[in-house]
This record gives sequence, C-alpha cells and structure tokens, in this order.
Amino acid sequence: MAQPQDFGFDDDIVMLKDAANRFLGQRQTLVQLRASLKGTEDPYRGEERQGWYDPAAWQEMVDLGWAMVPVPESAGGLGLGLVAAVAIQEEIGRAACPTPLSSTLQATFVLKEAQADAHLAKIAEGSSMALALFGEDGAPDADSTTVTANGNKLSGTSSYVQDAQKVDGFIVAAKASEGLGLYWVPKESVTIHRDRIVELTRDQARIELKNVEAEVIAEPGSGEQVMARALPALLTLLAADMAGAAEWQLQTTAEYAKLRVQFERPIGFFQAVKHPIVNMMIAADETRSLVYNAACAYDHDPEDALRCARMAKASASETAAFCSNRSTQLHGGIGFTWESDVQIYHKRQMHSQFLFGDASWQRQKLAELL
Amino acid sequence: MAHPYGMAAKMTEQQSSPEARPEAREFREYCRRWLEENRPPPTETPLPQASYEVTYDDHRAYLCDWQAKCYEAGLIATDVPKVYGGHGYENFQSIASDEVRRSKVPYFLNWIGLGMVAPTLLIHGSEEQKKRFLKPIFSAEEIWCQGYSEPGAGSDLVSLQTSAVKDGDQWIINGSKVWTSLGSLASWMLLLARNDKQDKYNGITCFLLPIDQPGVTVRPIHKMTGECGFCEVFFENAIIADDLRVDDVGAGWKVAMSTLTSERGAAAGVGAVTHTESPLSSVRELIELAKTTKRNGVPVWDDPVWRDRIVKLYIRIEAIIQHARRAPIEALNGGAMRLPLQSKVVGSEIGQDLNATALGVLGMQSSLYVGDEHAVRNGRWPLGYMNSYTGTISGGSSEIQRNILGERILGLPKTK
Repeated sequence: MAQPQDFGFDDDIVMLKDAANRFLGQRQTLVQLRASLKGTEDPYRGEERQGWYDPAAWQEMVDLGWAMVPVPESAGGLGLGLVAAVAIQEEIGRAACPTPLSSTLQATFVLKEAQADAHLAKIAEGSSMALALFGEDGAPDADSTTVTANGNKLSGTSSYVQDAQKVDGFIVAAKASEGLGLYWVPKESVTIHRDRIVELTRDQARIELKNVEAEVIAEPGSGEQVMARALPALLTLLAADMAGAAEWQLQTTAEYAKLRVQFERPIGFFQAVKHPIVNMMIAADETRSLVYNAACAYDHDPEDALRCARMAKASASETAAFCSNRSTQLHGGIGFTWESDVQIYHKRQMHSQFLFGDASWQRQKLAELL
Repeated sequence: MAHPYGMAAKMTEQQSSPEARPEAREFREYCRRWLEENRPPPTETPLPQASYEVTYDDHRAYLCDWQAKCYEAGLIATDVPKVYGGHGYENFQSIASDEVRRSKVPYFLNWIGLGMVAPTLLIHGSEEQKKRFLKPIFSAEEIWCQGYSEPGAGSDLVSLQTSAVKDGDQWIINGSKVWTSLGSLASWMLLLARNDKQDKYNGITCFLLPIDQPGVTVRPIHKMTGECGFCEVFFENAIIADDLRVDDVGAGWKVAMSTLTSERGAAAGVGAVTHTESPLSSVRELIELAKTTKRNGVPVWDDPVWRDRIVKLYIRIEAIIQHARRAPIEALNGGAMRLPLQSKVVGSEIGQDLNATALGVLGMQSSLYVGDEHAVRNGRWPLGYMNSYTGTISGGSSEIQRNILGERILGLPKTK
C-alpha cells in the first residue's frame, strides 16, 4: 500500500511536535521531580517513593488537546493517527516527563482497535488509563496474564502496570473460558501494590482484582486479535519515547564534552570521546528513522505494521542501552551521581528497554516474518 | 568515493512513492521500459562486483558501449544542461539512477568521471572545459581517474606533496599518486598538486592531467582479493597546459572539498552507478543463504545466534533506507547535513558486517573462492568481504568520517 513519502508528518503535526517540545522544555519537570524525590534516595533507609507527576501539567496537556489527538472524531477526538501520537511521545521521552499521558496514549490505541468508543470518549474528556496486561513473569504479550474473567467479574493480579498511581482506571487483559478478553475497571475497584523500582520517572504496580465488576471492551475470545492489531502502536510509542530520550542523552553528552576540560583540552577533542559520541548519534538516528517508518506503516499499511514496529523497538532497545552506557561513562564521575540528570534518563531507558520485549525478543519475532 | 552501501542506498529501494509530477511518473516508466528492452547480453566471463575493479579490455569495451547507449537514452547526464551535452531535464537524474539500479543491468565504468569529475567541472570548470570534457565523460569515450591520495597523504589529504611548478603557460608536475582507481584504463586524471609548499591549505591547485604523455607512468596494484582495482601513478616532469587548471591557482583544496562533502555527493550528480546490488537485495540474499545452508543437517537460519545477527543487519539496512526518506524533511532531520554525512560510514560498515556475517553462515564453504566449481555464486561472499574494506577506508576512512561528524554536526572541538 502506498505510504506518504513524508511519513504523514504534515504541517499540523510538525506544529504539534514543536509545541510539545516547547511546553515540556518550559515545565522544568525534572526540577520538580527531584524535589519530590528528596529523602527517598537511599534504597535501604530512604522514605517510600510515590509516583510523582505534575497534575497541573497533565491538565494543561488535556486542555491543549494532546490526549484526544489519536481519539477518533466519532468519540470526540481529533482523529489523528499514530504519527501524531508519536510526535508527542518522542517529546515526552526527550523531557523524561512523568505523565499519565504515556499510558493513556497506549490505551487509546487498544481502545481504537477494540472500537470501544464509549471509553475513547472518556479519554477525549480528560480521563487517564493504563494497560494491565502482563503476568508475573512479565512476558511481553497479553497472553501472559493470570487474571481470570468469570462473566464480567475479574479476579487475579496483573503485574508490571505502568503509571498505576497516576491513572483513573485500567484496561485489564483477562482469560475467560472462551479466550482472552479486555476489560475496563476504575482504579477504586482494585488494590494497587506499588513496586519499588529503579526508574524514577514512572511508577509501576501490581494491581489486585478480587471478583471485581468490569466493563467489557473486547469480548472473551477477541482480545488476542485486538491486542495483535494494537501491538505495533504500543511498540512504536515506546520506541518513540526512547528515541527522544536517546537524543537528549546524545546532546547532553556532546555539550559536556565541549565544556569539560582535561589535559588542557575539552575532552571532546579526544577521539576516544568524540567517536563514541558520534556512534550515539548514529544509533539514535537509526531508531528515529525506524520509529517514523513504523508509525507511518501503522497509519497507512496495517499489513506491514508489525514488521516495522518490531524493527523500531528492537533498534530502540539497542540504542537506549548504548546511549545510556556511553552517556554515563563519558560524563565520568559526575554522570554516576544522583545529582546528575544523566542517571534519570539512564534509568528510564533501562526500564523502557524491556517493556513489551527487549531487542532480541523483537528480532526473534521479526525473524518469523522474514 | 562511491561505495557499496552509502550514497547508493540513498537512492534505492524506495517504496514506489506517488510521483509528485505526472512527467516524472512518465519518465520513470520510460526508463523502466528502455532498460528492459535494451538489457545487454551477459559478458563471457563475469564482470567484477563493482565498477572500480574492472581491468580487462573486453570488459572495458563492453561497459563503455553500454554506458554510451545509456547516455544516449537519457539515463546519464539527465539533468545537465544541453549546452554541455546533457539532456536538460529537471530533477530526473535520481529517477533514472534509481531505475538503473533496480533493473540490475551492468554498472557504469566511468564512475569517477560521472561521480567526481563532472560535478567538479560543473561547479568550478571554465566554460571551455565544460564544453570540451563533459560529453566524453558521459559517453565513456574518455575514462577518468582521480589523483588525490599519495603515499604520505591518505586520510590527511591536505599533506599532499606532488608539486606543480609554473613554467610559462604550462605546469611541470613531479611526484606520485596512489590508490588510483581505473588508473590503467583512464586517459585523464583529476589531479591535486601543490603549487606552494608554505601554504598548506591555499597552496594546492586542481588540474586536468592528460595521462598519455612521457612524464606519466601508471603501475597497477593488486588488492588483497588478487584483483587489480587500482594503480600507483608516477610523475616525472609531466606537463599540463595552464588552460587545464580548474579554478584559481591555490583553490584546489576548496574545489576538492566542495565535491567531497557536497550533500548530493558523487552518485546523485550526473548518474554514476557503481554497483548493481543494493543493501536490501544483499540482506535478502543473505537470509536465503542462511535458510538454504545446512550445518549438522539444520539450516543456519534455525540457529538463533546467527539468525539474530542477520536480523540485526536487516534492521539497520531498513534504517538507512528510511534515512533517505527522512533526510529531506526539515522538521525531522536534525539539520540538513546530519543524515547525509552519516551515509558513508554507516553504509560501508553495515556492508562489511553483512559480508562477514555471510562468511559465518557459509562456514567452511566460505573458503571456496572465485573459479572453484563448488563456490557459492563464484566466491561472491569472500570477495565481497575483502572488497568491503574499500568502503570503510577509501574516500575518507570511517575514523575520519567520525571526526567530520563529531566536528561538523555535534560541534565537538577539531582534532587537527
């Protein structure tokens, strides 16, 4: 199927991306995040960490219409595709912004594939949601869920739920006798057991469901197909976030190499420093090109979307690991400290690397398509 | 210099995008049809993998004839003004080159002429030089080589020492050049020589040197593959008339850099096509190879370690194809030169990795070389592996490319 040569990045989406870049740049999110982390640093004796985010910023994002960007017009949204959502997500990644928008964008594509207009309308109105798909082993597909459905009552525990403390409700994958189904439950009906995680810009939890009343989004037996159609969008969104973060890591490391002087020269003069930074750029660019390609394929050529998304996430996971490694190493001692923002991005990338499957998993699945 | 997986990749394997202008669609259709109808019969002995490895006279005659036909058909010098022997179209060259690659017809022998000399003359040449030299480049009547590198000036090109001394209305040249591709076939050389020993950057001048003269000796060099891809060239009081000087005395470095680092670079210019295999077709061939090559009775593709390595390459090749799509989009490219300047280092390193991986897939079969009846595709993979170093070394090694990227794109302090 013919795809637009420009990936579908029309003037409106470019403007949206610029606006997101400016908005997130001005919020000083990490300064606020650091304030919230004070006293929690020590993993042994520090205080409990809460999943911090800036509710005012979230409300502004909703007011700016970001949440409704990919929501179909029939459900009160703007009806734009994955390319537009990726434009926003890349900027969120670049800012390492803790926000329920990341999970909500993902939820939107699951709801779209399930044609769940009523729930999409909630998102258009400013409601936030997260996906609760995984079983205890965190295997990267919804089929790993250990939650069971009996009619519209759900029981069990869903693991590795992202942004669990930030959102208004969850889309839960559950197994019924007819097969996998997808359900919506409000946060009030579940017990949230917060995970203690390395990552500082997300929160994660196990959510426990005890015979909880749920609304059906995809009938039992149809959940697998819905998730299969939505998976390329989820992988691509995540890869976009990682591409944005990698670009930050690249630029920040390059800037540091221009400023830090040793042996009477900025360290970026030395090829042992210069060349790895160039390698960061090469990696980050490969991921970005693959992300735009994957987003465009999802919007215009669904048959090819999974192949493209697997490539994007595989590349993003490699890039994230590499850029994280080099950014800390080339910053020297300062990059190893809590005080440096380098560690915040490093941890976000470590976390993203494994979400929905790491690089070798994606390549294994991709090989089946070749 | 052109290389297997760099600039070529920029123009190939595009999804057939909806052509903006109907004339462009028509032109593409025309190219496709012409190439189908005029595909030349295969040569008696197989052609080398790339145009810079051609040495035999029968191959030369065959390829010159083929290039001349393609030129007459409008596939070469497509966008060059008619007054200089071109066809006078606008933005059709990339379509023509794209179709030439896609159709898997033979490459063009005069690739240095098309890729380096013609663009240089179009920018810096005098009116007389353009009228005299361009057409025979397009038609392959005159084969060109390039005299830049010297034994003591490779990556550090500006250290070149070959001297040019003005004597009346001519120049006397002494010194030597090395790694001169097509040196044994060429009748002309685009030469950089030093007119001023004191001024490193402003003491170099660019010339058009006639090779067939007593002061010039050309000696072929055997590469590690055993092929004769390039030559060393010695100058003993060689003579160049002053009207064969390109641009001003002392402007040689500027002239060389404007061609070497120009975004449109070699391939795009007037239609140089140096390879008939694209990265995507190569990786697809590699996947097939892994599926059909068995070890211990099991296809190599079923070995997760090898499969993973191949899929990694497949992904990187898709990335460089998508780079070509992203590069023109201002909002997404991070600056006009960021992606184009990566194309050589990334393309050549992926090409090398691809060939090395193929050797691993073949195992002991990779020992079978050109001429062995059991060799897979007549030794294509070991040959390709060795020749891949052309890409990572010539025309600015990968190390120099990384300096350029770090300094020009990321603003890191200059190494020199």
